[in-house]
Amino acid sequence: MTSTLDDSEKEKARSVSVDLNNDASLLIDIPDALCERDKVKFTVHTKTTLSCFQKLDFSVPRQHEDFIWLHDTLVETEDYAGLIIPPAPPKPDFESPREKMHKLGEGEATMTKEEYSKMKQELEAEYLAVFKKTVQVHEVFLQRLSSHPILSKDRNFQIFLEYDQDLSVRRKNAKETFGSFFKNMVKSADEVIISGIKEVDDFFEQEKTFLLDYSSKIKDSTAKAEKMTRSHKNVADDYIHISATLSSLSVDDNTALKKHLEKFADLFEKLRKVEGRVASDEELKLTELLRYYMRDIQAAKDLLYRRARALADYENSNKALDKARLKSKDMAQAEEHQQQCLQKFDKLSESGKRELTSFKGRRVVAFRKNLIEMAELEIKHAKNNMALLQGCIELLKSN
Amino acid sequence: MAAEMEPPPLGNAGETDFRELEDGEDLFVSTVTTLEYPEPSSPEPASLPAEDISINSNGPKQKDVSFDDDPEDLFAEATEEVSLDSPEREPILSDGPSPAITPVTPTTMLTPRMDLGAADMFERSLDEIEEDNNGDTFDIHIAVSDPEKVGDGMNAYMGYKVTTKTSMTIFNKNETTVRRRFSDFLGLHSKLASKYLHIGYIVPPAPEKSIVGMTKVKVGKEDLSSAEFVEKRRSALERYLMRTVKHPVLLKDPDVIMFLESSELPRAVSTQALSGAGILRMVNKAADAVNKMTIKMNESDAWFEEKHQQFENLDLQLRKLHASVESLVCHRKELSVNTASFAKSAAMLGNSEDHTALSRALSQLAEVEEKIDRLHQDQAYADFYLFSELLGDYVRLITAVKSVFDQRMKTWSKWQDTQLLLQKKRESEAKLQFANKPDKLQQAKDEIKEVRSTLEGKVEQGEKDFELISKTIRKEVSRFEKERVKDFKAVIIKYLESLVQTQQQLIKYWEAFLPEAKAIA
Repeated sequence: MTSTLDDSEKEKARSVSVDLNNDASLLIDIPDALCERDKVKFTVHTKTTLSCFQKLDFSVPRQHEDFIWLHDTLVETEDYAGLIIPPAPPKPDFESPREKMHKLGEGEATMTKEEYSKMKQELEAEYLAVFKKTVQVHEVFLQRLSSHPILSKDRNFQIFLEYDQDLSVRRKNAKETFGSFFKNMVKSADEVIISGIKEVDDFFEQEKTFLLDYSSKIKDSTAKAEKMTRSHKNVADDYIHISATLSSLSVDDNTALKKHLEKFADLFEKLRKVEGRVASDEELKLTELLRYYMRDIQAAKDLLYRRARALADYENSNKALDKARLKSKDMAQAEEHQQQCLQKFDKLSESGKRELTSFKGRRVVAFRKNLIEMAELEIKHAKNNMALLQGCIELLKSN
Repeated sequence: MAAEMEPPPLGNAGETDFRELEDGEDLFVSTVTTLEYPEPSSPEPASLPAEDISINSNGPKQKDVSFDDDPEDLFAEATEEVSLDSPEREPILSDGPSPAITPVTPTTMLTPRMDLGAADMFERSLDEIEEDNNGDTFDIHIAVSDPEKVGDGMNAYMGYKVTTKTSMTIFNKNETTVRRRFSDFLGLHSKLASKYLHIGYIVPPAPEKSIVGMTKVKVGKEDLSSAEFVEKRRSALERYLMRTVKHPVLLKDPDVIMFLESSELPRAVSTQALSGAGILRMVNKAADAVNKMTIKMNESDAWFEEKHQQFENLDLQLRKLHASVESLVCHRKELSVNTASFAKSAAMLGNSEDHTALSRALSQLAEVEEKIDRLHQDQAYADFYLFSELLGDYVRLITAVKSVFDQRMKTWSKWQDTQLLLQKKRESEAKLQFANKPDKLQQAKDEIKEVRSTLEGKVEQGEKDFELISKTIRKEVSRFEKERVKDFKAVIIKYLESLVQTQQQLIKYWEAFLPEAKAIA
């Protein structure tokens, strides 16, 4: 299925990160996407005034794997070691609605036609929501890059935006996949290194403590928020069944209860729509927010690892230099090596500080925006619910 | 005869006055005042903001009494539970004698047989009731409270306080309090069923047994689920008694009055499965099931055909609705648990957050979610006690209604059988007329004549019984439908009000949180 998101929806969707896509010299968006079975094909659209591009306005089709390639390439670039590389978008996952659709199909016989079609509608909406979310998260990734003073100039990024043929040629082959796997293993060893390293800088010491702790907490919160919003969805679905059965009861009833049941059934149908919206708003404003920053925090941690490794390298080079001085052998080499390590380390520290500070600012702003929006939506929906309920009570009492 | 009803004594916020809008010719209308369903002794959860509902004056007491030995209990409930696979739990007795008679119980009214006297008595009593009710207004309130565990281990049981408040003259006092145990309630129902079911009265079914629930209680597991179980049972017992006394005929039954007033009640041992009575019940049930299949009644009365079908449909729909509502209760409880879990996690996240204002906001969010968790709990409570239990009660009541229809079928069948027998005897008699054995003839003729005339009497009685049960059922169904309309109307509104409460609170909480979120700088 194709989906074209209009501007207002995109505005709502683009909520996990702020201050993106404001620079007219390079504007990126994903205006539509196509879903074929498991594969999603995104249309990446670029509008630019920069001379490094061949055209001013162009679109290319990209797959999820292309985004991953781009991300990994940036991570592996030495020059960007001091930057927080925006987290890679997660793989599109339609497993949940697909499974539910399957279960629905199995239970079709036990439901009335209306009930079944309503449940089906709900599932299709869920499917669409997953779809929209994945588009959003891929879009935000690109926009983070385009908004970054250094990353936006990356050659691979430009290729990604512009290269009008299949990128798979340039993508990972099996050998490279193993390479990245190995890198991940090394990274976990890095965690040990980080904790072990004696930090010289207060700022980084604080950041380290904060990020390590916050990372595990936000992971937990994300998981719990997910469970909570899912339960909410279940309640909304129950309302569908209740409404359908009340409807049948009302049809068969020929006592004074008939009208009551009819209105009660009608009310539940309306309530479930509101409850559904409450669940999906919570999902978007709370769960998605937490999910995104969970990944962003990981990217920040990665920066710390790289810096810690650079520090370790520097310390090793110092030891090597001392050794060389003792032996009076290869001193020039060792000195040069030490200088390089120091330079690298300093560069990382300087850029790292900048990045981490702006990261915190970004995070606080995003949380503020989303929490406010969530509270406002909750109030709106609760007021809506109340109006529906009170209206129904009035009607029933006056009967 | 539409009467304006007064609100019941235990008034809650937002109650409605009920008006009987239906045609008023029904005898029982004027006798039934507004006794709201349900009337739990505990205050409504929806109107208690965020209070822990399970701890109230009617919750199970925490004390642990020493065990007493009564080995029968363990096996009784266990076996009964396992062997019966039909959803009907009440003993539907055929016209045999009630097995519930223990020597000490004086059933002063009558023994439940197809005695010639019985039918007359009931006919008379119906007329009496018409007079009576015009004089003595229906005013009775029963509360079941203070569940207390008596004894220890597998022989323990739950004792309940039953308080009756009334101004009716059939009772000795205006207020009586007695202690009863669950099997006492079952015993009462068993007696009423054996007396009234077979003549067409819809006897409200008693709450169901539950091995799992009771075992937890017996074993002394004082956790939330056993507390919930006891509360569920207490509430069910209360509704059961109220429904029983709302029935004008049952209200006057001496067993009912004794149950409510007598300080000592003989143990209803026949409610246990392994007793002779229990086994007889099972045999009867099996026999009934077989009979039902073989009786093909020529329904001459379209009303019965129609009603029968209606109740079948209603049964199906109510069961379905009940299942959906049970699912709702389950999911809402889940939502509550998950919200609480998220709240804790958000609090930890807030503690970890190093930006001061955001940290505070996250802690506030955690608090809001905690409050909302309790809201969900309360709502789940309302979902269950208002909506789900009502449906459960009606599913069981409809079983009673259907069994009453079956009883009519049996009555008809018996009448027809007697008629067939009479026919045969007449044929034999006629044959004898033409037989050529003069010496034996007169004796045989006399014998057959006697049998025949007895049978004629029986056939007449059978027809009368059939007509009577048909008439009673019509009245009962009409009364049942009125009650159903009232109950559902009342509960729907109450339930909606509980939902309104929840939404009101939600608005309050989120509106309090909003400035906190805005304060993040």
